Amino acid sequence: MNFEMTDDRRMLSDSLTRFLSKQYGIEHRNKVAYAAPFHDPAKWDEMVELGILYALVREDQGGMGGGGFDIACVFEALGQHLCPEPVLANLMALRLLAAAGADLEPVLTGQIHYAVAIGETEAPYDLQDIRCEATAGRLTGRKSVVYGGYDAERFLVAAKHNGALALFDLAARDAEIAGYGMIDGGNAAEVICDNSPATLLLDRAETAFEAALDAGRLALCAEAIGAMDTAFAACVDYLKTRKQFGKPIASFQALQHRMIDLQIEIEQARSITIRAADALDTPAAPRAIAMAKNLIGRAARLVAEETIQLQGGIGVTWEYPGAHYAKRLVMIDHQLGDTDYHLERVIALAS
Amino acid sequence: MDLSYSAQEKAFQIQIREFLADNLPQDLAARVAARKPLGKQDYETFHALLNSKGWLNGHWPKAFGGQGWNAVEQHIFDEESFAANAPRTIPFGLRMLAPVLMAFGSPEQQSEYLPRILDGTDWWAQGYSEPGAGSDLASLKTRAERDGDDYIINGQKTWTSYAQYANRIFCLVRTNSDGKPQEGISFLLMDLDTDGVEIRPIRTIEGGYEVNEVFFTNARVPAKNLVGTENDGWTIAKYLLLHERTNIAGVGDTMDALSKVKSQAAAITRAGRPLIQNPHFAARLAQIEIDLEAMKITNLRMLSDAQKKGAPGPEASMLKIKGTVIRQAINDLARRALGPAAAPFPSEELEGNLGVAPDGHAHDAAAYFNNRKISIYGGSNEIQRNILAKGLFQP
Repeated sequence: MNFEMTDDRRMLSDSLTRFLSKQYGIEHRNKVAYAAPFHDPAKWDEMVELGILYALVREDQGGMGGGGFDIACVFEALGQHLCPEPVLANLMALRLLAAAGADLEPVLTGQIHYAVAIGETEAPYDLQDIRCEATAGRLTGRKSVVYGGYDAERFLVAAKHNGALALFDLAARDAEIAGYGMIDGGNAAEVICDNSPATLLLDRAETAFEAALDAGRLALCAEAIGAMDTAFAACVDYLKTRKQFGKPIASFQALQHRMIDLQIEIEQARSITIRAADALDTPAAPRAIAMAKNLIGRAARLVAEETIQLQGGIGVTWEYPGAHYAKRLVMIDHQLGDTDYHLERVIALAS
Repeated sequence: MDLSYSAQEKAFQIQIREFLADNLPQDLAARVAARKPLGKQDYETFHALLNSKGWLNGHWPKAFGGQGWNAVEQHIFDEESFAANAPRTIPFGLRMLAPVLMAFGSPEQQSEYLPRILDGTDWWAQGYSEPGAGSDLASLKTRAERDGDDYIINGQKTWTSYAQYANRIFCLVRTNSDGKPQEGISFLLMDLDTDGVEIRPIRTIEGGYEVNEVFFTNARVPAKNLVGTENDGWTIAKYLLLHERTNIAGVGDTMDALSKVKSQAAAITRAGRPLIQNPHFAARLAQIEIDLEAMKITNLRMLSDAQKKGAPGPEASMLKIKGTVIRQAINDLARRALGPAAAPFPSEELEGNLGVAPDGHAHDAAAYFNNRKISIYGGSNEIQRNILAKGLFQP
C-alpha cells in the first residue's frame, strides 16, 4: 500500500500550482470570473500550451496521463485556486471524442474549444430523461446550463437517435447559444437546437456518456478537495488573528471543536476521492464515484457554511476570498448530479 | 391549554389579510415573492400604506400614538404580511430607536423624532458594530469628545444596513475610556449629512448591496442629541437588544418560505415525476416541516410568556438559533430543488427570455448565500449560545 503521489504527478501538480499561484491570484480570478466571457481566454491558452489537457488523456490516445489520479491531481490544483477555466468541459469532451475514435489533437493543442451538452431542464442529471431528438442529421431540443458554453466553438451533444442515445458534433453557429455567467464564477449557456445540422460521431453512446460523466464527477470531487483545503486553511488563519474579548477567537474551545469537525469531514472527503480515482475506468467506477460525489456534496456544503459562520460578517462579503470558495463549494453539488441523485445511484448500484 | 387564536385575534387576522389583499401593490408583491432585491421606494411605499391605516406603529404603546398591539397581535401581523408577500418593515426607526426614545429620550427628542419615523421623513441606520467590535460589542472604539455644546466624533462603524438610504444614524460611541468597557459608552443621534461622515458600500457574497461602512472624521454633533445620560449607553443597548429579540424567530417569513418551496417542488419535473414525490427530497422537506411545527409552538409559548412579563427573556436566544437554522435549511432546499438551473448569476436577461430557472426562482441561490447572514447578525448564534449557557451555568 502506498498513498504517495508518483514523481510524474508531483511534478505536474507543482508546475500547475506554480502557474495558478502566479496567474490566478484571487483578485484577478474574481475580475475575470464574474465579467464576460467569465474566464481569461489568454491565460487559458497559456495553460493549454503548458499541456494541461495532455495530462487528462491516456498515452495510447496521444496524451500523457489520463488515469484517475492524473485527473484528481489536476483538478485539486484548479480547486485550490478557484480557477474559472473550462477544464471540466475539455476533460469530458476529450473522453467522448476518444470513445468515438476521433482525432484529439485539435482539442489537446487548443485549436478547437468544445463544451459538452448533455443536461436538459427536465433531465438535469439522468441520461434516460433526455428529450433532444436527432432526425436525418438534424437536432431539435434545448440543452440547459452547458458549462463552458458561453464561448465554445463546438458542442458535443447527447441526443435521441433511433431510440438510443447518440453523440453529435454541433457547431455553435448552427444553434442558438445564449451564454451567461455563474453565481460562483465561470460561464455556461443554453444551447437551443431547432433542426440544427450536426454530425453523428457515435451511435449507442450511453456507455461513453456515463464514462465521461464519471470522469467529470471525479474531477469535481478533486476540485472540491482543493477548494476545501484552501478555505479551511484561510479560516484557521482568520481564527488565529481575529481578536474578540481580548484574545484570538481560536482560543475558544467551542470554535476549535467545530474546526476539527470540518477537518475530519475533509479527510473523509479526500479518502473517498482517492477511492473514486482508483476505481475510474474499472467496473467499480460508477458506484465508487457516486459515493464520492454524495460525500463531497455533504462535506463541501458543511465547509462552506461553517467557514462563513466562523468568520462572521466578513464571511458574507464579496471582498473576502473565502466567500468565493464557499460559493464554488456549494455549487459543485449542482453539477453532474447532486447529493440526493448520487445517494439514489449508490442504492441502485448495490451489488 | 388552548393553542388556537381567540375570536378577537381571528378577527384581527382577517382584518389585516383583507387590507393587504386589497391594497398591497401587485408588482411589489411579485418582486417580494421572487426574492428580488428591493429599493428604497419599495419600503417607503409599504411604510406609507401601513401608516395610512395606523398599523406602521401598531406595536407602539397607545400613549405614543400606537395601537398597543401585544406580542401575539404583532405575530399575527407579521404572519399575514409574509403570506401576502409584503416587504418587511424597516426596523431601525420603528422597532429599535422608537422604543429607546420612549424609555430614555427627552420629551423634546420624542416629539421631534417619533413623528418623522412614521411619516417617512427619517430613515434611521444603526451604528453599533465596528471592525474590531462585533461579537464583543462593548470593546467599541468610536470616540465622542465633548467640545462646548458639541461632541466631536472619530472612528468607524461597519455592517450598517441600508445606510445608503438613511439620513440619520443612532450610534454607540465611547465617551470614557477608564474603567470597564461597558461603563464609558453613550447613545448618540446623528445626521448622516454632517461634515466628516462618509459612507462606503460593502458588497455582499452574492453581489448585492445592503450594508456599509460609516467613517467619522471630526464629525460635529450637538450635545442635545445624546439620548439618556452620558456613559449610560450600554443600558440602552441592552434594552434595545431585548426589543430586537421579540419576533426573532421570523416564523411568518419561514412558514411562507416553506409553502413556496412546496409549490416549487410540485412544479419541477425530475425523472418524469414532480420533484416533491422524490423520496429523498420529500424527506428533507418533511424534516424541516417537523422542526418548523415545533418552533411555531415554541415561539407562541415564548410570546405568551413575554406578554406576561413585558419583555422576552434569555430564552429568545433559542428562537434566534433555531429560527435562523430552519430558515437557512429552507433556503438550502429551494436552491437544491433547482439543480443546475440554480447556478446562473441572476440578471434581468436571464429572467426575461432565457428562463433557465422557473419563473420567480432565478434568485434562489443568491438568497441562500445572502441568508447565511441571519445566523451572524443581531448577535451571532455563537453569542446566543453564550447567553443561554450563562443562564444555565451561572444563574
